[in-house]
Amino acid sequence: MGDGPVTDGLAIETHGLSKHFGQQAAVDSVDLAVPHGTVFGFLGPNGSGKTTTIRMLLGLAAASAGTVNLLGREMPDNLHEVLPRVGALVEGPAFYPFLSGAANLHRLDSASPHTVPGTRKARVQRALERVGLEHAAGKRVHAYSLGMKQRLGIANALLSPRELLVLDEPTNGLDPQGTREVRNLVRSLAHQGTTIFVSSHLLAEVDQMCTHAAVMSAGKLVAQGPLTELRQAGSTRLRLVTPDGGAAREVLGRLGLVPEPPDPGLQAQPDGETIAVVLETAAQQAAVLPEDVVRHLVQAGVRVRGFAVERESLEDRFVALTGEGFDVAQ
Amino acid sequence: MPSSLPADIPEAAGTARAAAAPRSSGLSLLASELKVLFGRRRTGALLLALAAIPVLIAVAVKVSSAVPAGRGPAFLDRITQNGLFVAFTAMLVSVPLFMPLAVGVVAGDTIAGEANLGTLRYLLVAPAGRVRLLLVKYAGALAFCIVAPLTVGLAGAAIGAALFPVGPVTLLSGGVVQPVEAALRIVLIAAYLAVSLAGLSAIGLFLSTLTVVPVGAMAATVVVSVVSQVMDQLPQLEWLHPWLFSHYWLGFGDMLRQPVLWDSFASNALLQAGYVAVFGALAYGRFVTKDILS
Repeated sequence: MGDGPVTDGLAIETHGLSKHFGQQAAVDSVDLAVPHGTVFGFLGPNGSGKTTTIRMLLGLAAASAGTVNLLGREMPDNLHEVLPRVGALVEGPAFYPFLSGAANLHRLDSASPHTVPGTRKARVQRALERVGLEHAAGKRVHAYSLGMKQRLGIANALLSPRELLVLDEPTNGLDPQGTREVRNLVRSLAHQGTTIFVSSHLLAEVDQMCTHAAVMSAGKLVAQGPLTELRQAGSTRLRLVTPDGGAAREVLGRLGLVPEPPDPGLQAQPDGETIAVVLETAAQQAAVLPEDVVRHLVQAGVRVRGFAVERESLEDRFVALTGEGFDVAQ
Repeated sequence: MPSSLPADIPEAAGTARAAAAPRSSGLSLLASELKVLFGRRRTGALLLALAAIPVLIAVAVKVSSAVPAGRGPAFLDRITQNGLFVAFTAMLVSVPLFMPLAVGVVAGDTIAGEANLGTLRYLLVAPAGRVRLLLVKYAGALAFCIVAPLTVGLAGAAIGAALFPVGPVTLLSGGVVQPVEAALRIVLIAAYLAVSLAGLSAIGLFLSTLTVVPVGAMAATVVVSVVSQVMDQLPQLEWLHPWLFSHYWLGFGDMLRQPVLWDSFASNALLQAGYVAVFGALAYGRFVTKDILS
């Protein structure tokens, strides 16, 4: 942004943000801190509370507890002042199926008393062009594909110049080409200084377009920070294959390393057992170097068949934080 | 989505903050609401169905032999002598069910329909403002309440004039008015009915804030109107009758006297205003605090 952000403070800031539905805490004491000018990935599996958090950010749902600050103003008290500066795509696109794409944008643009009617037509046209929908502008949304609706939803968020864009799963339903276009669009908007808060359940997506990220799991914020830091925050593990399991554990124990309980899914193999041990975590520097571990093992007469140092990828970390597979967070 | 940037970027940041200041009167949303409401096929179908009532009556009377006096709905026996009575008959016939049905569909859809489409969240994020949106939605429903009886009345006058002779109209009080004045009386009755339906619209608006299933709100609104009319028929509930929003619905005969008797119009307007106030407040109380989760 030419004249720079208002402050070097945070574009989005929440403290203890919680939302309860009956007994269940959909969002549990979330402290988000999204710096100005970042592309902030909001990562988490389906049902982890991302959309509920976004609804509270935008004043659609009231928080059960906690506070929300958007662009330096408390929400939802200053909703009318803040929201005109925020473009949003919330939980997928939604339009009047019986209206054309352009008519839908006209309708949503006229919903705000802060927009200028005189420039509406031109702004709608430009937003449609930006998402590549100018040829389908006159077509009823009823006939749009999911990808086209998604683009129209992004166009709606771009109707006015915005300081903050909140995009909830913006690449949902888009083909690879469309996904790339969204990524480029996000980059170009970020380049202009717009802060972009983008939620996703796809790590690769966040990895490719974000500078910062936060990870949600079961309603809780489990990690947050610059992506480079999050990448480094992973732990390093040793994987040792040996026929002398007992002796090896003893040596590792002397070195202060605690072997993980054996993977129950792993069959005992004829050539020895596999022992995994965490060497280094984000919180704890490694006490021993991997090569020294081998030296100690060999000196103690432990026969080593395999030895590997594994550095956790961001994906491993994401899965470790949020759980794996189809167990949707409860 | 061209990856090359549009040429007008520098303007983007500068106007972002300026855009926060209100610039328009905000009538855009009302204009947009009316355009969407009356532009959609469903509203057209509702009005067409309402317009079909006088056509049906007129054609039935035309093809059948003369209606014996005193049988069928009021005014029916006079149609063959004067086509304008098609309008009066049709408006009378449509009041108990067809009008509440049409109004129930429109009023029940106001908020629930937007919630069902998901557009409600985008309107509120725009930000439309919850109170403003509620007012605009109610204004849209009221506009329909004005248009619906007018449609029946004007369609009735038109088909009546086409199929039957038109002449001076003998009023209920015995006076006679010229066709032009009779047409004005049709408009007056339409206004009476529009006021009559204002209370029901407010009830529909409130019910619409309770659900994301528009059909539920529509059906509930129609059921409420039927229940009110049934209770109005029960002598045991006579004490309650003046408080029922449907109590004056059929009282528009006073518009057909010379001079016009305004008593029922005034009582009706007061009663409807009460309903609008109560259910408007309920809708407000519900809607401004509601979590929009659809």
